[in-house]
Amino acid sequence: MSAAPQKAKAGGGTIDVVVRAIVPLNDLVTRFEFERPDGAPFPPFSPGAHTIVEMNDDGRPRKNPYSLMSDPSDTSHYAISVRRDDEGRGGSRFLHTAVSVGDRLSVSYPVNLFPLDLRARKHVFLAGGIGITPFLSMIAQLERQGGRWELHYACRSESLASYADDLTGRHANKVHVYYSDRKEALPLEDLLDGQPLGTHVYVCGPKGMIDWVKTTAADHGWPGDAVHAEEFLAPQPGDPFDVHLARSGIDVHVEPHESLLEAIERAGVDAPFLCRGGACGQCETDVIEADGELIHADHWLEDDQKASGKKIMPCVSRFAGKKLVLDR
Amino acid sequence: MTMQFNTETFRDDYSFRNSDWAIRRFPFPFHEDSYMYSVNMEQHRGGPEGSVYEKRFDVDEHYVSEMHDRALVLAEDPLRCQSLPHMTLAGWDLLELIMVSKSEDYPDLFELHRDGNQWRWINKPLGIDDTFTFLDETTLPYGPMEYITRQTQGDFAVLDQREENLWMDAGMVTTQADWSLDFDIGMNFFEWHAPVPRAHEMGIFKRALKFLLNVQQGSPARRLNWTMTVNPRLDTSPENYHKWGVEKTTLTPENIGAKQHLRVELQTFFRLPRSNALVFPIRCYLIAFQDIVTVPKWGRRLHRVVRDLPEDLADYKGFIANRPLMLDYLSQYDDGLPTSPGVWPDLETEPPLQK
Repeated sequence: MSAAPQKAKAGGGTIDVVVRAIVPLNDLVTRFEFERPDGAPFPPFSPGAHTIVEMNDDGRPRKNPYSLMSDPSDTSHYAISVRRDDEGRGGSRFLHTAVSVGDRLSVSYPVNLFPLDLRARKHVFLAGGIGITPFLSMIAQLERQGGRWELHYACRSESLASYADDLTGRHANKVHVYYSDRKEALPLEDLLDGQPLGTHVYVCGPKGMIDWVKTTAADHGWPGDAVHAEEFLAPQPGDPFDVHLARSGIDVHVEPHESLLEAIERAGVDAPFLCRGGACGQCETDVIEADGELIHADHWLEDDQKASGKKIMPCVSRFAGKKLVLDR
Repeated sequence: MTMQFNTETFRDDYSFRNSDWAIRRFPFPFHEDSYMYSVNMEQHRGGPEGSVYEKRFDVDEHYVSEMHDRALVLAEDPLRCQSLPHMTLAGWDLLELIMVSKSEDYPDLFELHRDGNQWRWINKPLGIDDTFTFLDETTLPYGPMEYITRQTQGDFAVLDQREENLWMDAGMVTTQADWSLDFDIGMNFFEWHAPVPRAHEMGIFKRALKFLLNVQQGSPARRLNWTMTVNPRLDTSPENYHKWGVEKTTLTPENIGAKQHLRVELQTFFRLPRSNALVFPIRCYLIAFQDIVTVPKWGRRLHRVVRDLPEDLADYKGFIANRPLMLDYLSQYDDGLPTSPGVWPDLETEPPLQK
């Protein structure tokens, strides 16, 4: 409507925060609580939303997505729980080792790619490991609204079961925890059977668990739109490679421990993104030329799109070969 | 209160008028001398001072009378306001968004005092001073969406987001350009847009949906749409077509300047934080042809747009039968001079009419 439309910055707005508390939960997982420097309330959010935490890791900018796990009705702070990934590229290790109470960070406005279906008569939550985090905010909201829910939570061991004691203490009849070191298995088929009409099931955990739940639910006749899943892929490190950005006219070298998207941003190119985990589709980029192999790691592109070699999701996918040219 | 509110009607004797202030700030929708569909979205983060784009929810001289007209429509037809059961939380989101925005943007007209969930809302133009408990419907005289949209200009479509689509699951619709909430309730984005010509083939709706699904909290968006209406009637609904359809035949060369109105919708899009729903406020602005042509640039351009619009679009927008009469009138205000780019009136820099 104006002669020169304003261009939106990729990724939307950000919020400056101060780390108000760091709470180690066990050997792997630590909770980080943020407040605003001026003490102002945070924007409310819907349960299942994530935020992108921006970090400056020794000159290397990192933006990692984490589920908001605090009570959505409590706007005094945001909280995330971060599992340390020693094999990963360093974002979670940076949070665990280099961030202290009082440090300033920047987080994005909440984005929800895993919302509750508010039509559901009942919500069944299936969590695997650190996949528990989005369900904590969902449970807080449903408890307030009087919604029906139950949680089935699969963990490796009692010592690594983040929030299991707290949840079973408060909701003994609705929370069921299964420890694999005790050979306990989540009885998926049984609990999918006999749910009331209008029940929705939500799964957050490793890829294998999500596939298992989706397949089993489909086999049991569950409608596809009553089964919700969230799997954020952490970008995996890999061999370095070079890319030419045709529209910007620049060459970028992608280091082993940064993603293609991070390398593009480091070069000063404003590329779109939302989830940075291969799920939302925002960063989809056209491949102009690829003399080599595109290493697709997302779950956005269809198999035929991946096979075509014409598209890449630079937040998680990489390249091996002689020459890669992107339309960016 | 600094703003003066008109006492006027949008029916029967049609006493609606735009002041000079309202004419100058009218959201003229054509940025060049021709028109075709596009996904003409931009960020809704303010605009020039005094323009309709400046505030999150624009309040103007028609506010009090528009709210009176809405109450009349609802009294005759309560189904203009509907909310499916799962949309109540989105209604609270909308109430919060509007109360916070208006009290911050118009502190002389609206006040919001919050103590936890105990809220006090003061609406001075409408003489309202209510205290209620946020998220407790029993403490308001209507549901939260109905309560706040009886106090806010423009229609509201509240859209649930699921299955990679948007669903028209709640709304307040009394100032619409010939569509019906009661007909569209529960439909998805493609279903409720099915009647629009050309745009499906052009891929407009697929791209628009992709954009809307990604409208994020803190990053609202906006666009304009437009049509034509004979007489300044807000409620041009299918339900009341028998009342206003016939008025299209009352135009004459003598009365067209006063009766024919350009109808512009300022459409905005906000992600609602607690429900993850999307609200789509559709604010209607009306202006008589005789007022548009007081801005020379707009007079020249409107003639060219109406003249060159493809037949199917003129038909869809409901003015194909009156187009010859409109062109006879508007051609008097087009001297063939070039126009400056953009939508603004440019009164100081554009030449006066040369005939």
